[in-house]
Amino acid sequence: MQVKTILLNKNVLEGNDREADILRGELRERGVLLVNVMSSPGAGKTTTLVNLINRLKGELRIGVMEADIDSDVDAVTVARRTGVKSVQLHTGGMCHLDAGMTRQGLEELGIEDLDLVFLENVGNLVCPAEYDTGAHLDMMILSVPEGDDKPLKYPLVFQKCSLVLINKIDAIDYFDFDLQAVRGYIADRNPKAVVLAVSAKTGENMDSVADYFKTKRGEMLCQNKTTK
Amino acid sequence: MHELGIVVNVIDEVEKVAEDNKVDKVLRLTMEIGEVSAIVPDLFSDCFEWAKKRTKHLTDCELELIVLEAVTYCQDCKGTYRTTKYGKTCPHCGSGNTYLLTGNEVTIKGISVAEPTSDNA
Repeated sequence: MQVKTILLNKNVLEGNDREADILRGELRERGVLLVNVMSSPGAGKTTTLVNLINRLKGELRIGVMEADIDSDVDAVTVARRTGVKSVQLHTGGMCHLDAGMTRQGLEELGIEDLDLVFLENVGNLVCPAEYDTGAHLDMMILSVPEGDDKPLKYPLVFQKCSLVLINKIDAIDYFDFDLQAVRGYIADRNPKAVVLAVSAKTGENMDSVADYFKTKRGEMLCQNKTTK
Repeated sequence: MHELGIVVNVIDEVEKVAEDNKVDKVLRLTMEIGEVSAIVPDLFSDCFEWAKKRTKHLTDCELELIVLEAVTYCQDCKGTYRTTKYGKTCPHCGSGNTYLLTGNEVTIKGISVAEPTSDNA
Protein backbone atom coordinates (compact mmCIF):
# COMPACT_ATOMS: atom_id res chain seq x y z
CA MET A 1 0.00 0.00 0.00
CA GLN A 2 1.25 3.47 -0.86
CA VAL A 3 0.22 6.60 0.91
CA LYS A 4 -0.50 9.69 -1.11
CA THR A 5 -1.23 13.16 0.23
CA ILE A 6 -3.88 15.33 -1.36
CA LEU A 7 -3.67 19.03 -0.48
CA LEU A 8 -7.05 20.72 -0.24
CA ASN A 9 -6.75 24.02 1.66
CA LYS A 10 -10.49 24.38 1.73
CA ASN A 11 -12.29 26.81 3.99
CA VAL A 12 -15.12 24.84 5.59
CA LEU A 13 -17.55 27.74 5.80
CA GLU A 14 -16.82 28.79 2.22
CA GLY A 15 -19.54 26.58 0.70
CA ASN A 16 -22.17 28.12 2.95
CA ASP A 17 -20.91 31.66 2.30
CA ARG A 18 -21.22 31.12 -1.43
CA GLU A 19 -24.72 29.67 -1.12
CA ALA A 20 -25.73 32.59 1.08
CA ASP A 21 -24.47 35.13 -1.48
CA ILE A 22 -26.45 33.46 -4.25
CA LEU A 23 -29.62 33.41 -2.15
CA ARG A 24 -29.15 37.06 -1.15
CA GLY A 25 -28.81 38.08 -4.79
CA GLU A 26 -31.89 36.14 -5.90
CA LEU A 27 -34.04 37.66 -3.16
CA ARG A 28 -32.80 41.16 -3.97
CA GLU A 29 -33.77 40.73 -7.61
CA ARG A 30 -37.26 39.70 -6.56
CA GLY A 31 -37.52 42.65 -4.18
CA VAL A 32 -37.80 40.50 -1.05
CA LEU A 33 -35.91 41.84 1.98
CA LEU A 34 -34.75 39.01 4.26
CA VAL A 35 -33.99 39.86 7.89
CA ASN A 36 -32.20 37.43 10.20
CA VAL A 37 -33.26 37.91 13.83
CA MET A 38 -30.91 36.69 16.56
CA SER A 39 -30.98 36.78 20.36
CA SER A 40 -30.67 34.65 23.47
CA PRO A 41 -33.66 32.48 24.42
CA GLY A 42 -36.25 34.67 26.13
CA ALA A 43 -35.02 38.06 24.91
CA GLY A 44 -38.36 38.61 23.21
CA LYS A 45 -37.81 37.72 19.54
CA THR A 46 -41.32 36.45 19.00
CA THR A 47 -43.03 39.27 20.93
CA THR A 48 -40.93 41.86 19.09
CA LEU A 49 -41.77 40.34 15.71
CA VAL A 50 -45.49 40.22 16.51
CA ASN A 51 -45.46 43.90 17.51
CA LEU A 52 -43.35 44.91 14.53
CA ILE A 53 -45.34 42.94 11.96
CA ASN A 54 -48.61 44.44 13.16
CA ARG A 55 -47.12 47.91 12.52
CA LEU A 56 -45.81 46.98 9.07
CA LYS A 57 -48.40 44.62 7.60
CA GLY A 58 -50.62 47.44 6.29
CA GLU A 59 -47.81 48.58 4.00
CA LEU A 60 -45.72 45.50 3.34
CA ARG A 61 -46.54 41.88 2.61
CA ILE A 62 -44.72 39.91 5.29
CA GLY A 63 -43.76 36.30 5.92
CA VAL A 64 -42.07 34.72 8.93
CA MET A 65 -39.86 31.68 9.35
CA GLU A 66 -39.38 30.42 12.87
CA ALA A 67 -36.38 28.23 13.50
CA ASP A 68 -36.25 26.06 16.58
CA ILE A 69 -34.76 22.80 17.60
CA ASP A 70 -38.27 21.47 18.16
CA SER A 71 -41.98 22.45 18.49
CA ASP A 72 -44.06 24.89 16.48
CA VAL A 73 -45.16 27.22 19.30
CA ASP A 74 -43.50 30.30 17.78
CA ALA A 75 -44.97 29.84 14.31
CA VAL A 76 -48.42 29.29 15.81
CA THR A 77 -48.08 32.38 18.05
CA VAL A 78 -46.98 34.64 15.21
CA ALA A 79 -49.69 33.39 12.86
CA ARG A 80 -52.40 33.82 15.49
CA ARG A 81 -51.34 37.27 16.63
CA THR A 82 -50.50 38.83 13.27
CA GLY A 83 -52.37 36.83 10.61
CA VAL A 84 -49.30 36.77 8.33
CA LYS A 85 -47.91 33.69 6.67
CA SER A 86 -45.52 31.74 8.90
CA VAL A 87 -43.66 28.45 8.77
CA GLN A 88 -41.77 26.57 11.45
CA LEU A 89 -38.35 25.20 10.59
CA HIS A 90 -36.95 22.41 12.70
CA THR A 91 -33.19 22.36 12.84
CA GLY A 92 -33.18 18.80 14.20
CA GLY A 93 -30.88 19.55 17.12
CA MET A 94 -28.65 21.98 15.25
CA CYS A 95 -27.98 25.23 17.06
CA HIS A 96 -28.16 27.51 14.02
CA LEU A 97 -29.51 27.88 10.48
CA ASP A 98 -27.36 27.87 7.38
CA ALA A 99 -28.10 29.16 3.90
CA GLY A 100 -29.34 25.78 2.66
CA MET A 101 -31.92 25.50 5.44
CA THR A 102 -32.98 29.11 4.85
CA ARG A 103 -33.57 28.41 1.17
CA GLN A 104 -35.69 25.35 2.00
CA GLY A 105 -37.71 27.43 4.44
CA LEU A 106 -38.33 30.13 1.85
CA GLU A 107 -39.54 27.52 -0.61
CA GLU A 108 -41.95 26.17 1.98
CA LEU A 109 -43.13 29.69 2.85
CA GLY A 110 -43.60 30.77 -0.77
CA ILE A 111 -42.23 34.27 -1.45
CA GLU A 112 -43.96 35.18 -4.74
CA ASP A 113 -46.33 37.55 -2.94
CA LEU A 114 -43.98 38.87 -0.22
CA ASP A 115 -41.95 42.06 0.33
CA LEU A 116 -40.33 41.31 3.68
CA VAL A 117 -39.40 38.03 5.38
CA PHE A 118 -38.25 37.69 8.98
CA LEU A 119 -36.16 34.69 9.88
CA GLU A 120 -36.25 34.05 13.60
CA ASN A 121 -33.03 32.16 14.22
CA VAL A 122 -32.44 29.68 17.05
CA GLY A 123 -32.12 31.47 20.42
CA ASN A 124 -28.33 31.45 20.85
CA LEU A 125 -25.67 34.15 20.64
CA VAL A 126 -22.80 31.97 19.44
CA CYS A 127 -23.52 29.67 16.52
CA PRO A 128 -26.08 31.67 14.50
CA ALA A 129 -23.49 34.45 14.26
CA GLU A 130 -21.01 32.09 12.59
CA TYR A 131 -23.26 31.11 9.71
CA ASP A 132 -24.41 33.41 6.93
CA THR A 133 -28.10 32.69 6.27
CA GLY A 134 -28.28 34.76 3.10
CA ALA A 135 -30.15 37.58 4.86
CA HIS A 136 -29.71 41.21 3.75
CA LEU A 137 -29.87 42.47 7.32
CA ASP A 138 -29.10 41.01 10.70
CA MET A 139 -31.02 42.23 13.72
CA MET A 140 -30.01 41.39 17.26
CA ILE A 141 -32.27 41.71 20.28
CA LEU A 142 -30.63 42.16 23.68
CA SER A 143 -33.02 42.35 26.60
CA VAL A 144 -32.39 44.38 29.75
CA PRO A 145 -32.48 41.41 32.20
CA GLU A 146 -29.61 39.73 30.31
CA GLY A 147 -27.19 42.45 31.39
CA ASP A 148 -25.18 45.16 29.66
CA ASP A 149 -22.00 43.06 29.38
CA LYS A 150 -23.25 40.85 26.53
CA PRO A 151 -21.39 42.73 23.75
CA LEU A 152 -18.16 41.95 25.63
CA LYS A 153 -18.98 38.27 25.97
CA TYR A 154 -20.46 37.61 22.53
CA PRO A 155 -18.70 40.12 20.25
CA LEU A 156 -19.30 38.34 16.94
CA VAL A 157 -23.09 38.60 16.95
CA PHE A 158 -22.84 42.34 17.71
CA GLN A 159 -20.27 42.82 14.95
CA LYS A 160 -22.59 41.23 12.41
CA CYS A 161 -25.77 43.15 13.18
CA SER A 162 -26.84 46.34 11.48
CA LEU A 163 -29.63 46.86 14.02
CA VAL A 164 -29.51 46.13 17.75
CA LEU A 165 -32.70 46.44 19.81
CA ILE A 166 -32.36 46.86 23.56
CA ASN A 167 -35.65 45.23 24.52
CA LYS A 168 -37.67 45.30 27.78
CA ILE A 169 -36.53 48.89 28.36
CA ASP A 170 -39.71 49.35 30.45
CA ALA A 171 -38.04 47.11 33.07
CA ILE A 172 -34.75 49.02 33.26
CA ASP A 173 -35.46 50.43 36.76
CA TYR A 174 -35.45 46.92 38.18
CA PHE A 175 -32.07 45.87 36.79
CA ASP A 176 -28.49 47.15 36.93
CA PHE A 177 -28.40 47.80 33.24
CA ASP A 178 -26.34 50.74 32.01
CA LEU A 179 -27.78 51.81 28.64
CA GLN A 180 -24.95 54.28 28.04
CA ALA A 181 -22.33 51.59 28.69
CA VAL A 182 -23.99 49.08 26.39
CA ARG A 183 -24.14 51.64 23.59
CA GLY A 184 -20.40 52.17 24.06
CA TYR A 185 -19.61 48.44 24.02
CA ILE A 186 -21.61 47.97 20.82
CA ALA A 187 -20.00 51.03 19.17
CA ASP A 188 -16.53 49.65 20.01
CA ARG A 189 -17.29 46.47 18.13
CA ASN A 190 -19.53 47.82 15.41
CA PRO A 191 -19.58 51.61 14.97
CA LYS A 192 -22.15 51.40 12.16
CA ALA A 193 -24.80 49.52 14.17
CA VAL A 194 -28.08 51.33 14.82
CA VAL A 195 -29.08 50.85 18.47
CA LEU A 196 -32.69 51.41 19.54
CA ALA A 197 -34.04 51.04 23.08
CA VAL A 198 -37.55 49.57 22.86
CA SER A 199 -40.24 47.66 24.66
CA ALA A 200 -42.04 45.15 22.49
CA LYS A 201 -44.57 44.73 25.28
CA THR A 202 -45.59 48.37 25.73
CA GLY A 203 -44.73 49.36 22.16
CA GLU A 204 -42.25 52.04 23.28
CA ASN A 205 -40.10 53.21 20.35
CA MET A 206 -41.33 50.34 18.14
CA ASP A 207 -42.39 52.88 15.49
CA SER A 208 -38.70 53.68 14.93
CA VAL A 209 -38.01 50.00 14.32
CA ALA A 210 -40.88 49.79 11.83
CA ASP A 211 -39.56 52.92 10.06
CA TYR A 212 -36.09 51.38 9.89
CA PHE A 213 -37.38 48.38 7.94
CA LYS A 214 -39.58 50.51 5.65
CA THR A 215 -36.51 52.58 4.80
CA LYS A 216 -34.32 49.53 4.22
CA ARG A 217 -36.87 47.89 1.90
CA GLY A 218 -37.19 51.19 0.01
CA GLU A 219 -33.41 51.42 -0.34
CA MET A 220 -33.28 47.91 -1.74
CA LEU A 221 -35.88 48.70 -4.41
CA CYS A 222 -34.02 51.91 -5.33
CA GLN A 223 -30.75 50.02 -5.71
CA ASN A 224 -32.51 47.46 -7.91
CA LYS A 225 -33.79 50.25 -10.16
CA THR A 226 -30.41 51.90 -10.54
CA THR A 227 -28.62 48.64 -11.30
CA LYS A 228 -31.19 47.61 -13.92
CA MET B 1 -22.34 23.07 20.15
CA HIS B 2 -22.12 23.34 16.37
CA GLU B 3 -19.04 21.15 16.11
CA LEU B 4 -21.11 18.16 14.97
CA GLY B 5 -22.67 20.15 12.12
CA ILE B 6 -19.23 21.28 10.98
CA VAL B 7 -17.84 17.74 11.28
CA VAL B 8 -20.64 16.50 9.04
CA ASN B 9 -19.84 19.22 6.46
CA VAL B 10 -16.15 18.32 6.57
CA ILE B 11 -16.82 14.60 6.21
CA ASP B 12 -19.15 15.18 3.24
CA GLU B 13 -16.42 17.24 1.61
CA VAL B 14 -13.71 14.61 2.20
CA GLU B 15 -15.96 11.76 1.03
CA LYS B 16 -16.51 13.67 -2.20
CA VAL B 17 -12.76 14.20 -2.68
CA ALA B 18 -12.25 10.47 -2.05
CA GLU B 19 -14.85 9.56 -4.66
CA ASP B 20 -13.42 12.04 -7.18
CA ASN B 21 -9.93 10.61 -6.73
CA LYS B 22 -11.14 6.99 -6.68
CA VAL B 23 -9.68 6.56 -3.21
CA ASP B 24 -10.79 3.68 -1.02
CA LYS B 25 -9.49 4.74 2.37
CA VAL B 26 -8.63 8.11 3.84
CA LEU B 27 -5.97 7.52 6.50
CA ARG B 28 -5.44 11.01 7.83
CA LEU B 29 -7.28 14.29 7.73
CA THR B 30 -5.42 17.47 8.63
CA MET B 31 -7.31 20.58 9.63
CA GLU B 32 -6.37 24.05 10.83
CA ILE B 33 -8.56 25.56 13.51
CA GLY B 34 -8.14 29.17 14.55
CA GLU B 35 -7.87 29.85 18.26
CA VAL B 36 -10.92 32.16 18.21
CA SER B 37 -12.96 30.30 15.58
CA ALA B 38 -15.60 29.20 18.12
CA ILE B 39 -14.65 25.56 17.59
CA VAL B 40 -13.61 23.58 20.63
CA PRO B 41 -10.90 21.17 19.38
CA ASP B 42 -11.68 18.37 21.88
CA LEU B 43 -15.37 18.50 21.08
CA PHE B 44 -14.59 18.57 17.38
CA SER B 45 -12.43 15.42 17.74
CA ASP B 46 -15.12 13.61 19.73
CA CYS B 47 -17.76 14.42 17.12
CA PHE B 48 -15.38 13.27 14.39
CA GLU B 49 -14.72 9.93 16.12
CA TRP B 50 -18.46 9.36 16.38
CA ALA B 51 -19.30 10.45 12.84
CA LYS B 52 -16.46 8.69 11.00
CA LYS B 53 -17.87 5.25 11.83
CA ARG B 54 -20.85 6.07 9.63
CA THR B 55 -18.80 6.95 6.53
CA LYS B 56 -17.69 5.01 3.50
CA HIS B 57 -14.06 6.10 3.26
CA LEU B 58 -13.12 7.57 6.64
CA THR B 59 -13.77 4.70 9.07
CA ASP B 60 -10.03 4.37 9.85
CA CYS B 61 -9.19 8.02 9.42
CA GLU B 62 -7.05 9.78 11.98
CA LEU B 63 -7.80 13.45 12.64
CA GLU B 64 -4.97 15.93 13.05
CA LEU B 65 -5.99 19.34 14.37
CA ILE B 66 -3.55 22.21 14.12
CA VAL B 67 -4.60 25.11 16.32
CA LEU B 68 -3.56 28.47 14.85
CA GLU B 69 -2.69 31.34 17.14
CA ALA B 70 -4.98 34.37 16.95
CA VAL B 71 -3.19 37.60 16.07
CA THR B 72 -4.73 41.07 15.94
CA TYR B 73 -3.38 44.02 13.93
CA CYS B 74 -3.51 47.62 15.18
CA GLN B 75 -4.29 50.16 12.46
CA ASP B 76 -2.94 53.04 14.54
CA CYS B 77 0.52 51.83 15.63
CA LYS B 78 0.76 49.09 12.93
CA GLY B 79 1.73 46.56 15.60
CA THR B 80 0.39 43.07 16.15
CA TYR B 81 -0.43 41.19 19.35
CA ARG B 82 -1.98 37.99 20.79
CA THR B 83 -5.76 38.33 20.55
CA THR B 84 -6.57 35.94 23.38
CA LYS B 85 -4.50 38.00 25.82
CA TYR B 86 -5.55 41.56 24.95
CA GLY B 87 -8.82 41.33 22.97
CA LYS B 88 -9.83 44.36 20.92
CA THR B 89 -7.52 46.88 22.61
CA CYS B 90 -3.93 47.23 21.39
CA PRO B 91 -1.45 46.68 24.28
CA HIS B 92 1.19 48.82 22.51
CA CYS B 93 -0.76 52.06 22.07
CA GLY B 94 -4.18 51.49 23.67
CA SER B 95 -6.10 51.94 20.42
CA GLY B 96 -9.29 50.02 19.75
CA ASN B 97 -8.86 50.49 16.02
CA THR B 98 -7.81 46.89 15.46
CA TYR B 99 -8.78 43.87 13.43
CA LEU B 100 -8.16 40.14 13.51
CA LEU B 101 -5.37 38.94 11.20
CA THR B 102 -5.51 35.22 11.91
CA GLY B 103 -7.36 32.97 14.31
CA ASN B 104 -10.75 32.55 12.69
CA GLU B 105 -9.77 29.71 10.33
CA VAL B 106 -11.61 26.43 9.87
CA THR B 107 -9.69 24.89 6.99
CA ILE B 108 -9.29 21.40 5.60
CA LYS B 109 -5.56 21.36 4.86
CA GLY B 110 -5.36 17.99 3.21
CA ILE B 111 -5.77 14.24 3.43
CA SER B 112 -3.51 11.23 3.24
CA VAL B 113 -4.98 8.34 1.34
CA ALA B 114 -4.10 4.72 0.73
CA GLU B 115 -3.47 3.85 -2.85
CA PRO B 116 -3.63 0.23 -3.92
CA THR B 117 -0.06 -0.59 -5.05
CA SER B 118 0.35 -2.05 -8.44
CA ASP B 119 2.86 -4.91 -8.62
CA ASN B 120 5.28 -2.85 -10.69
CA ALA B 121 5.22 0.15 -8.44
